[in-house]
Amino acid sequence: MSVKAAIVGPGNIGTDLMYKILDRGESIDLERMIGIFPVEESEGLQAALDEGIEVGTEGIDSVREHADEIDVVFEATSSHVHAENAPVYEDLGLFAIDLTPAAVGPYTVPVVNLDDVVGETNNINMVTCGGQATIPIVHAVDRVADVDYAEMISHIASKSAGPGTRQNIDSFTQTTSAGLEEVGGADRGKAIITLNPAEPPIMMRNTVHTQVHEDTDVDAVRDSIDRIADEIRTYVPGYEITMEPEVKGADDVAFDLGDTIILTTMLEVEGEGQHLPPYAGNLDIMTSAALGAGERVAANFMEAGEMGGVAHD
Amino acid sequence: MTDADVRLVDMTLRDGMHAVDHSFTPEEMADVAAALDAADMDVVEVSHGDGMGGSSINYGFSAADTAEYLDAVVPQLTDTELSVLLLPGIGTVEELDLAAEKGADICRLATHVTEADVSQEHFEYVTDRGLEANGLLMLSHMAPPETVLEQAKLMEDYGADAVYVMDSAGAMLPSDVRERVSLLVDELSIDVGFHAHNNLGLGIGNSMAALDEGAVTIDGCLRGLGAGSGNAQIEVLVGVMEKAGYDVAPDFFGVMDAAADVLVPMISDDEMPELDNDSLLLGYAGVYSSFLRHTRRAGEKYDVDPREILIELGEMQVVGGQEDLITDVASRLAGERAGAESDDD
Repeated sequence: MSVKAAIVGPGNIGTDLMYKILDRGESIDLERMIGIFPVEESEGLQAALDEGIEVGTEGIDSVREHADEIDVVFEATSSHVHAENAPVYEDLGLFAIDLTPAAVGPYTVPVVNLDDVVGETNNINMVTCGGQATIPIVHAVDRVADVDYAEMISHIASKSAGPGTRQNIDSFTQTTSAGLEEVGGADRGKAIITLNPAEPPIMMRNTVHTQVHEDTDVDAVRDSIDRIADEIRTYVPGYEITMEPEVKGADDVAFDLGDTIILTTMLEVEGEGQHLPPYAGNLDIMTSAALGAGERVAANFMEAGEMGGVAHD
Repeated sequence: MTDADVRLVDMTLRDGMHAVDHSFTPEEMADVAAALDAADMDVVEVSHGDGMGGSSINYGFSAADTAEYLDAVVPQLTDTELSVLLLPGIGTVEELDLAAEKGADICRLATHVTEADVSQEHFEYVTDRGLEANGLLMLSHMAPPETVLEQAKLMEDYGADAVYVMDSAGAMLPSDVRERVSLLVDELSIDVGFHAHNNLGLGIGNSMAALDEGAVTIDGCLRGLGAGSGNAQIEVLVGVMEKAGYDVAPDFFGVMDAAADVLVPMISDDEMPELDNDSLLLGYAGVYSSFLRHTRRAGEKYDVDPREILIELGEMQVVGGQEDLITDVASRLAGERAGAESDDD
């Protein structure tokens, strides 16, 4: 048994997601890839046809036309487009997994809160690439010691930051910092992004600073982070902790820490290289997280199949 | 502003914040701003060293927030204009909104030299509010002149009133400055500026080279306070430019007095930048100047020579904002050394 899915937005993210679903989707059958340009003008739609996937070229109208064939829509368009499409998906009874920063639905990070949101809503948002990489670390610290303040820095290869990210870079920092608080559990969050044009391109790397009470059991934090990293690797194989939490105290910084210490963790995300090169771990972690969420949604559909009648054989 | 040939921007209260680990109090900022206003400085720039929104674990928390600093400085300024800095990716339009509300005249928007297109939304925001918008291309030594021009043109298209060649690592030779500034002056219809760091001892010389090629807005700090070995020393700039025949607005003695009587008593020996071995390495290896003090602290924590850390960072082609990688490199170098020592056993 499986659920039927469509991808709306055949760009880099949508195309990478298609290959991931085809490679290792377990309960998701990809039925259709939908764009807004003719097939000959869309590399993503051509790639879909090459894989034997049906396509649509009329955007939301294609979704309407084929709504009875699908249960789940992966939105890989833009924030603006998802804001317009979301009510249509709702009307059509489709579950939306939103990979844009629109955040119509709740922020969702598979290892942290997937079970809390799936079943509660039919539109979930995948935060940002940096959020998927770092919010689990904040959560792992926070479940051991209350995190007063969490700060993440994402370093991304210039070549893997597309025009959407560049034209609205504030949405990355604002959405990610909100996610550090709402999903990660920090009282306050801050997000920073840098683009580095070095050649060869740098792997996506992230730093997570958490400010916690000085009596925190650092070994317990390390164990907690190791455990969550193992869980993340079940859906993001290239996720690696490159620096286990290092402790910084009053002597190591130039500002007053009061009765707190800083725990700094670093991690890298290497992409699987299906559609995009391995350094573009920032795109990979979004599509991997979306697929992970999709599997959970599928399981939920099948459990509740008799109620909604949406699951297919 | 005056009808002087060249505009001087004093960044003692912004780039200078790096030298004091962002510890200036609003009262100290007010005193320095008042002295600069009395000396007829053209522009005073105020913010965390890494721009508004820079107050963080990664770059260091500042002693006060942007609103408190601006509230302290604004009443001190009569004819001197107020500038703020923002690095898209670190700060957001929310900070620009605050600066506009508090009375900033100029917003300077800084990106890495190849990444100007992350600043479009911020330029639109600033120009929509009727403020002057300047574009700052950081680490301009890392890109060839043609690339600097291409990126500067993007900022011009977004609405910049001026674009700066930023020698953020103090790594440029006078010929590097001339190539970049002259190309921008020839090809752009907006003003061109230059921002020096003194890591190779060329802060004043490079600024004069930029002026010679047509730059009309120049950055400096009292006593050269600033990241790394500091910026171009602004009282020296005033004197040298007067000798060279430029019409400058700031009063020479007034700027000297602001440095000696107001700023210097606030600064400890440890804070006052000097061209020492570590800061020389910044210029040599081409590393962002504000990495200096973070690197020294990491060197001490991990017992690694800061120069080795800086060389490694230079080879990694790190850019502004990547200060967290200092810890990564320092802990790795310490680990490699520990590994080598245990191999010897």
